[in-house]
Amino acid sequence: MVSAKLKLKEKQNKKLNEKKKETLNVKIKEKNKEFEFLDHTADVKFRAYGKIFEEALRNAARATIAVTTDITKIIPKKTKKIIVEANTKEALLYDFLGEIIYLVDTEGFLTCDVKQIAITSGTNTETYKFVLRAELIGDLATKYDVHTYIKSVTYNDMLIVEKKNKVMIQVVHDI
Amino acid sequence: MTLKEKKTETKIKKTEPNKENSKHSKIENKKQDIIELKEIEEDSQKIKPYERIMVEVKKLNNYSYLVDKKDGMNVPLKIFASEKLMKKMQEDNCIQQGINVAHLPGIKGFSIMMPDAHQGYGFSIGGVAAFDHKCGCISPGGIGYDINCGVRLLVTNLTKDDVKDKIKPLLESLFKNIPPGVGEKSLFKLNEKELNEVLKIGPRWAINKGYGEEEDLENCESNGYLEDADPNKVSQKARGRGRSQLGTLGSGNHFLEVQFVGEIFDKKTAKTFGITKENQVVVLIHSGSRGLGHQVCSDYLRLMEDAEPELVASLIDKSLIYAPAESKLAKDYFSAMCAAANFAWTNRQLITYQTRISFKEIFGDKVKLDVVYDVAHNIAKLEEHTIEGRKEKVWVHRKGATRAFPPNHPEIPEKYKKTGQPIFIPGSMGTSSYVLVGTERAMLESFGSTAHGAGRMMSRHAAIEKWNGQQLKDELEKEKIYIRASSIKGLSEEAPLAYKDVDEVVKVSDDAGIGKLVAKLKPMGVVKG
Repeated sequence: MVSAKLKLKEKQNKKLNEKKKETLNVKIKEKNKEFEFLDHTADVKFRAYGKIFEEALRNAARATIAVTTDITKIIPKKTKKIIVEANTKEALLYDFLGEIIYLVDTEGFLTCDVKQIAITSGTNTETYKFVLRAELIGDLATKYDVHTYIKSVTYNDMLIVEKKNKVMIQVVHDI
Repeated sequence: MTLKEKKTETKIKKTEPNKENSKHSKIENKKQDIIELKEIEEDSQKIKPYERIMVEVKKLNNYSYLVDKKDGMNVPLKIFASEKLMKKMQEDNCIQQGINVAHLPGIKGFSIMMPDAHQGYGFSIGGVAAFDHKCGCISPGGIGYDINCGVRLLVTNLTKDDVKDKIKPLLESLFKNIPPGVGEKSLFKLNEKELNEVLKIGPRWAINKGYGEEEDLENCESNGYLEDADPNKVSQKARGRGRSQLGTLGSGNHFLEVQFVGEIFDKKTAKTFGITKENQVVVLIHSGSRGLGHQVCSDYLRLMEDAEPELVASLIDKSLIYAPAESKLAKDYFSAMCAAANFAWTNRQLITYQTRISFKEIFGDKVKLDVVYDVAHNIAKLEEHTIEGRKEKVWVHRKGATRAFPPNHPEIPEKYKKTGQPIFIPGSMGTSSYVLVGTERAMLESFGSTAHGAGRMMSRHAAIEKWNGQQLKDELEKEKIYIRASSIKGLSEEAPLAYKDVDEVVKVSDDAGIGKLVAKLKPMGVVKG
């Protein structure tokens, strides 16, 4: 009888441990997510994550296009090289995402991935503190259901939080 | 490390499960994860910028509230709202944004918020502020990214019965002739010289080309063009975005709606506006300056930021950046803003032209569509107002607010001199829209301004989760409201319940006397980007 009770307790403990593990796994999965959308009355607000600033930028670019269309459906067919210059990291982020929106407007180019992001900073650049070079990968909009058009990146509620091994970017787009 | 690299790394781990230290490293990894997780959780609790502070508002009467001048505010904040709308306003940050605006230099009278106000960037949407023309400022955030986003109303000689059986082919034709503009090319292709002309003279360019009638211009706010426009102040980038978008509607809350007159409240004024009877069919166009205007705003925010980094650092919200009224930068921005405004009026003129073609296609050559008026609801202008008994020139910023000038004002067309200027307040998809008229009271209370729409109250994200676009379309069809949209998913974002009650908004405007009710318009068909 006692042993049966013990066994039951063991079973319960095991279940509990499994549950704990599960929630931990979910949390870890959440931690590794690229971006998430937050509530905002009129516009679109998101947080993008990465181990380093460049990776968070890449994920912010993906979040931006996820506002416009179903990003999982875009076939990575075409590439586009861009250069963005700015004096602050916030301005660099603003202009980088601005470029992604600009390409949707002018060429109907939908970015689904960003490769080889390289940011040079320092005194050797004459006019701007930061210069970003990157290669955008994506496809032309004609084949996809483009449901929302972004008017602009905004500075509203913009955040860049850089910690060792993790970076969080928060942006609100005007749509 | 990019994400792709991360993925391959985990793959390698999986293919080498027998390695002795792999188990150990897995545990180590998990430990590391837990530590990082804790840190992130702590961080996200710390990161709560613009935490909503309940602001004390004083109720003045059934239609307005006041926030007294305090803590560095240069003027008090006046909010036009009913109790119901005030409750909604307190759910986001818009009141704090109205207070922020009251801190800006040279602001006169009050920082003002309209009954449809909701959270924006810098200024709230539905915000009005007037700044001294010399020691005040001009702020792109007080105008918005969509410069001269506005509404135009056309009246037809058709009735609801003429249209109801042909509404579907009509919408199809409108959708074909007026591209939504996302990934689409405009039907009007412009070279550099033509684009310059559009920026300089606005819809006059379109009329010269035969895309409209002389009367269309007379029935436009500022006759459809601002003379201070300077195409040279508009960047190549902005031109690039605008060139392929003239004559397109845009997405989001932009639309073209075929409506009928549901109720007339003020027969005499309605008649002057060309609204002669109930069931008369009208067309409401809501669009703006497209990518060109958005880029102009973006460009000048950056220029102002680079010019005054210390000022930016001192601001509560970077989007409040401004240029002193007499600075070169303020003049440059204003010249570019005027050019973008001219572009927007041309855009609505070309949409009008295409609308006429569609109506003729379906109803024959006898159909007539006359422009009642065209109002801007994202714009800044140098206007004369009476402040504390003195006539003063001020830079009036209207962001999500419609001008509401009274009878006999020098800036309104001759035919509306007796009535006051027409005002159009569109509802959300499937709900009513309203025609109002400008008043003397608006000049005293709100720098000649009133509301501009329903105003959102639910995030787009939440709306998508709550409603399905197709269901929404089906339900509206049951009520005989038809929709032609490029994206079904986009529809759910604009679900009527995601917006405030437009009936309540116009009631506050009417009660406060800053825009009096003339007629109610009901939807039959909607074209959306």
